[in-house]
Amino acid sequence: MTVRAPARRRVEGGVGESPVRADGVPKVDGTYLYSSDLHIEGMLWGATLRSPHPKARVARLDAAPALAMTGVRAVLVNEDVPGSKTFGLEHADQPVLGSEEVEYWGQPVALVAADHPETARRAAEAIDIAYEIAAPLTDPEQAAAAGSVFRTQWVRRGPQQEQGRVAVEGYYEVGMQDQAPLGTESGLAIPDGQGGVDLHIATQWTHADHGQIVACLGVEDDMVRVHHAGVGGAFGAREDVSLQIHLCLLALRTGRPVKMIYSRQESFTGHVHRHPARMWYRHEADPDGTLRRVRARIIIDGGAFHSTSSAVIGNAVFHAVGPYRCDSVTVEGTAVRTNNPPCGAMRGFGAVQACFAHEAQMDKLAAALGMDRVELRIRNALRTGDPLNTTGQILETPLPAAELLQRLREMPEPPPAEGDDPRLLPGGTGLAASPGKVRRGVGYAIGIKNLCFSEGFDDYAEARVVLTPFGAEVRTAAVEVGQGLGEACAQIARTALGIQDTVVYFDDTSRIGSAGSSSASRQTQMTGGAVLEACRKVREEALRRGGGDRLDDDGVWRDGELVMSLADLCREGNLEHHVRFRHPPTEEPDENGQGNLHVDFALAAHRAVVDVDRELGLFRVAAVDTVQDVGYMINPESVTGQIEGGIMQGVGLAVLEEIVVEEGVIKNPTFTDYLLPTFLDAPEVGVEVVEEPGPVGPFGAKGVGEPPTVSSTAAVVAAIRDATGLDLNRAPVRPEHVALPAPDGAG
Amino acid sequence: MMVTAEINGRSRTWEVTGSESLLYSLREELGLWGSKGACEQGECGSCTILLDERAVCACLVMAADAHGSQVVTVEGLSEPGSLHPVQRALVEAGGVQCGFCTPGFVVAAAALFRENPSPDREDIREALSGNICRCTGYGAILRGLQTLAGEER
Repeated sequence: MTVRAPARRRVEGGVGESPVRADGVPKVDGTYLYSSDLHIEGMLWGATLRSPHPKARVARLDAAPALAMTGVRAVLVNEDVPGSKTFGLEHADQPVLGSEEVEYWGQPVALVAADHPETARRAAEAIDIAYEIAAPLTDPEQAAAAGSVFRTQWVRRGPQQEQGRVAVEGYYEVGMQDQAPLGTESGLAIPDGQGGVDLHIATQWTHADHGQIVACLGVEDDMVRVHHAGVGGAFGAREDVSLQIHLCLLALRTGRPVKMIYSRQESFTGHVHRHPARMWYRHEADPDGTLRRVRARIIIDGGAFHSTSSAVIGNAVFHAVGPYRCDSVTVEGTAVRTNNPPCGAMRGFGAVQACFAHEAQMDKLAAALGMDRVELRIRNALRTGDPLNTTGQILETPLPAAELLQRLREMPEPPPAEGDDPRLLPGGTGLAASPGKVRRGVGYAIGIKNLCFSEGFDDYAEARVVLTPFGAEVRTAAVEVGQGLGEACAQIARTALGIQDTVVYFDDTSRIGSAGSSSASRQTQMTGGAVLEACRKVREEALRRGGGDRLDDDGVWRDGELVMSLADLCREGNLEHHVRFRHPPTEEPDENGQGNLHVDFALAAHRAVVDVDRELGLFRVAAVDTVQDVGYMINPESVTGQIEGGIMQGVGLAVLEEIVVEEGVIKNPTFTDYLLPTFLDAPEVGVEVVEEPGPVGPFGAKGVGEPPTVSSTAAVVAAIRDATGLDLNRAPVRPEHVALPAPDGAG
Repeated sequence: MMVTAEINGRSRTWEVTGSESLLYSLREELGLWGSKGACEQGECGSCTILLDERAVCACLVMAADAHGSQVVTVEGLSEPGSLHPVQRALVEAGGVQCGFCTPGFVVAAAALFRENPSPDREDIREALSGNICRCTGYGAILRGLQTLAGEER
């Protein structure tokens, strides 16, 4: 029997569409299981004792009072760590449990497992511990001067002396931002009865966790399996290990499953934050606006342990100038070690801090030149084929910087808020700004962000695609952190295979190799790239086996006739291909910061409109419009979601969000005191994209997660400067910076 | 003490030992994992439930105080296998990313639409200003609920 094919139909739910994501319904009906929702019969609860001092020596630690409590099953200290006593994502410098010295406020020093979470918490408090308090090193400039440094990176490119006739200088600061994923750190470790353990965890990179866990447990690789449990947001906060090793230690010690959930307060000490930065800049230009020279010094505070500080300062340095042509650049970047809370990855990863400074400088330069600020940016916009201003790398990816700015300028601006609805006034209903006192400002900014891992890192992602009698399976260890990676992989597979019935499985670390981290805006390009390549191989083999020219859910077709069903195709076994996808290699920088360090870049430009009540120091971010360089949109709805959400985190950093640290102690580790943008703080967001296919990602896709966060903060603060005339040099801008500016107007 | 309350239409009785929150009871005693704990201070709305038809943060209600009351959680908003219109609107508009805040938004939005079937943009923003979303920037949530407001008008 032959079956005639219907008119050649396109697979539904492929790339370029926005199908309802597979995890959508479980997430709205409450059945999707996050790491904090896991439970198993007989499980214990873990709790962590943390140092209340940023710098101290542990003089006495006696677990007996805790162990004497009913329901307490174990108390662990550093001596109980059987393998490596330290861990870390790039450098294993952080003790699993602090023993002699503690280096930051909130550093874990002991663990408890008990029958009930409250018992565990009280037992941790009951541990008898005494500290000899020492003076913490908390000033990053003192740390730099003292040589307490994780990495110093220079850029010296082109002539190293003054170039332009017009010069502007500035000093800028960015505060410590928290990723504040709504799901706190949590997980469940289940011992397998044979000395091994299965860890179910919300993370960004299961294989990186796995490597650190087995090292600290001192066991073989195959004794530990890390499973990706439901993740309640990440944004960089889950790139480092938090409770992963602790959970496994407790489970192996007690022989029982152990669950742990950090409270919000604990979460503020349990993960790394966005590095606070201090930045000194000098820009020189010709009177016609041609940027001639940029000089900068950047210090970021890495806190007590290394985490990704080296990579973050590299990023700050190599993105220090922004998307502008410039052939004389000097940058000195330093990541210092202090006794402040450890800092590491957060969306934008060093580029955010640099962008805040270089965009303020571009506005200053425009004012000094008497030029329009957008015109100045377009005049100097980086283009494909140019060398990157810092590293000298010839840029081959599409870089539509001038187009982004031109289109952004043409987008309609929102009308002024009408009437006296307090919900549309700065400060909202509670703070009574008077409409007559409100001034509106407009700010522009553009940023550049590297995509995927850089500086010679061996960046790869594995994926397996299996064609079965029932459809296609995509298997990966990549982590769905909420960004929509699962659906993107399914869409890529549907289009590449022609198979509608495609399901994505997130495998544990024992079943497939690493997909790399869900960070650096890389997963759509990397895991997506692996899926695409594996699909192409599966399809080729299917067509060869079936002797046809087309594959779909029915099987293999030739000249419009079905010649082999999927069942027949798989009679001798499923068709399966496993791919390890690598992007073209990158290089480490030389001593002057030169080299081909990056594989791809993306741009975003933002225009913010902010209403300000100068007297009360209140802001309302009325609108943030954007044009973003996205390569190709695998899923337009997800791209829009990344852009809108990324902008919101940038708005938060501009006017609300800062972890306040005094003498090494976090003063606001709650959502009552660390303010996140609410629905009423949300600006109107207009989104446009430029789709020029990039060189790395499937179908030309570029990563889209980070660029929205890179320049939105700078645009919002520029708008507040525009509304107030103040020289605001710090993010976040606080009410007092506007209502009670410093006498020199510097805010 | 023993607490009895009507949870999602069923009478449930469980033991409360101290000052634990209703959120803790729902999750750890009654196995209703849909309501999420994210701030434990009533700031983020991830644990929003209906308590005697009012939207409240379950983390701020002492479990003992729920005795004799009627509680609806995200699990009780619709029959298994079907979706409440608010749930459908959010999922179809792309208003769900990590989804951790979503159950709270769903319950708070359901309460809003029951009181006001055709809220305008500012009504929606105000009614949901006690629910924090860290992923979406609220745009897709607003679009989804505006669609629903339009349908019911």
